[in-house]
Amino acid sequence: MTAATLTAGPARGARGGAAARVVRGVLHRLLPLVVLVACWEGATRASGSVFFPPPSKIVKRMREMWLSGPPSHLYFSAEAGDSIAPSLGRMALALVLSVIAGVVLGIALGRSERVLAYLQPLMQFARVIPPPTLVPVFIVLFKLGTEMQVASIVFSAIWPVLLNTADGARSVDPMQMATAEAFRFSAADRIRYVIIPASLPKIFAGLRLALSLSLILMVFSELLPGTSDGLGFELTNAQSQSDLPTIWSVIVLLGVLGYLFNTILLAVERRVLSWHRGARKADS
Amino acid sequence: MLEISGLGHAYGTHRVLEGIDLKVGEGELVTIVGPSGCGKSTLLRCIAGLVPPTEGKVVLKGAPIDGVPDDLAVVFQDYSRSLLPWLTVRDNVALPLRRRGLGKAERRAQAVKALASVGLEDAAGKYPWQLSGGMQQRVSIARALAYKPTLMLMDEPFGSVDAQTREDLEDLVLQVHRAEGMTILLVTHDIDESVYLGDRVVVLARNPGRVRDELPVTLPAGRDQIGTRADAEFVRLRAEVGRLVRGVVKDSEPPDATDAEDADAEAVATAVEEPAKK
Ligand SMILES: Nc1ncnc2c1ncn2[C@@H]1O[C@H](COP(=O)(O)OP(=O)(O)O)[C@@H](O)[C@H]1O
Ligand SMILES: [Mg+2]
Repeated sequence: MTAATLTAGPARGARGGAAARVVRGVLHRLLPLVVLVACWEGATRASGSVFFPPPSKIVKRMREMWLSGPPSHLYFSAEAGDSIAPSLGRMALALVLSVIAGVVLGIALGRSERVLAYLQPLMQFARVIPPPTLVPVFIVLFKLGTEMQVASIVFSAIWPVLLNTADGARSVDPMQMATAEAFRFSAADRIRYVIIPASLPKIFAGLRLALSLSLILMVFSELLPGTSDGLGFELTNAQSQSDLPTIWSVIVLLGVLGYLFNTILLAVERRVLSWHRGARKADS
Repeated sequence: MLEISGLGHAYGTHRVLEGIDLKVGEGELVTIVGPSGCGKSTLLRCIAGLVPPTEGKVVLKGAPIDGVPDDLAVVFQDYSRSLLPWLTVRDNVALPLRRRGLGKAERRAQAVKALASVGLEDAAGKYPWQLSGGMQQRVSIARALAYKPTLMLMDEPFGSVDAQTREDLEDLVLQVHRAEGMTILLVTHDIDESVYLGDRVVVLARNPGRVRDELPVTLPAGRDQIGTRADAEFVRLRAEVGRLVRGVVKDSEPPDATDAEDADAEAVATAVEEPAKK
């Protein structure tokens, strides 16, 4: 209701109407969240439980911890540099490695019937192993710290990318491959201009899964011994001091980051795959 | 230039082509006509080196074909699936030119030129799926033209275009053939078209696909849509090809037993004469 009255005034003409609709849509979607947070605030204040600090307190703690720095650092504090930056750095590195390795191996597998037939059962098996159970193995195999953490993330994030790419590469339209063959595209051109674009819708689907898995594994790998920084480390640290506002701050931050990354990825996907939506619409 | 001898092909146990012998000279325009399902597309795929024939061989410029030969372009019957939906029309046409060692700007310029020759310069920036079937078919013709092959294989290239555009494109093929000295093998199921375009018409029979007969087209090289089609010689050739496609043999030859038994041969031949509507 508030949204409607807010935007009804300037909503004149086609353009204003569309803009108003967008604003109204966003406000409508945010409304449940606002209501929920308000209720939570009220409930936690009324109960006064130390385990459930009110949202206002969590936000205040988040600001103190991470956004109390000088303007020259975009207000990020030194602590943000010690906990958020290393976590995101490792996650980004691991995600890049997973995508590169996953796409390369996926194409090799998808375009070679025999290799795929041999490795498919093995991969399906490896894929269903819950990645956290392998973290102890990685602790033994790799150096504690960044190396082990990145390996843990890669091992879980690579599967959706690899399997989706293989699936996409295998199901490239035979007519498109025949065209590439008839015009004698080089192997590199075939991959770059035919196989990868044709697999891209599947690759993106894998990427979305890889993204959420890597966020989970990022935190999980930092909860283990041998960690000296990162959000997971901050979490264990706060837990040992029963610092509940900090624990909740990290949780909220992880939620915000997950949402943010997913939104960014979706926006990129919309841009990169606009041909795909168009072609599908034209087909139907 | 092209020599096909004893060519046969089977998909599994299904024999599609048998004992095909065909010679095509440098710079010749040969049309291949036959009922649908007689293996015309399969024949072109064997010549293109996309499908290894199960029998016989194809020799191009003295060398047996093993894989796709250089300087060969194909206009596929399934034109819409052979265009890449993630590239614009212009980039679809320009992409095969990468092997020619041209710069990007040069490739695009040639692509736009080829698109203009099929009347699609305005569609250069669009995506294939934004175009009608007939326009997509013209894009795939433009792609083959821009490639400037020495041998061009065209598989029912005008199936989806309207009558007026079809005539324009037929004349474009004739003009390219004359100007570039390109050797062209064009598959069609339109009898008029096979006579109008060809220096020679090859008629295929089906089950299994084989050469029923070849017919030199004794029309002058300079053809035009109205005059040529009214020419008495054109009318005679068209009737002759029509009889061959229907399975009626020349008086001098003994009747073909398999065809006499083929109950639906007449029905097929009638279907063949109707202009393609996809
Ligand atoms: N890839 C394939 N696998 C199996 N059978 C095929 C394949 N392609 C074509 N055929 C069969 O071969 C026959 C000839 O097909 P085709 O060469 O496309 O004929 P045309 O182009 O003259 O219509 C048809 O009966 C068709 O069903
Ligand atoms: Mg065909």
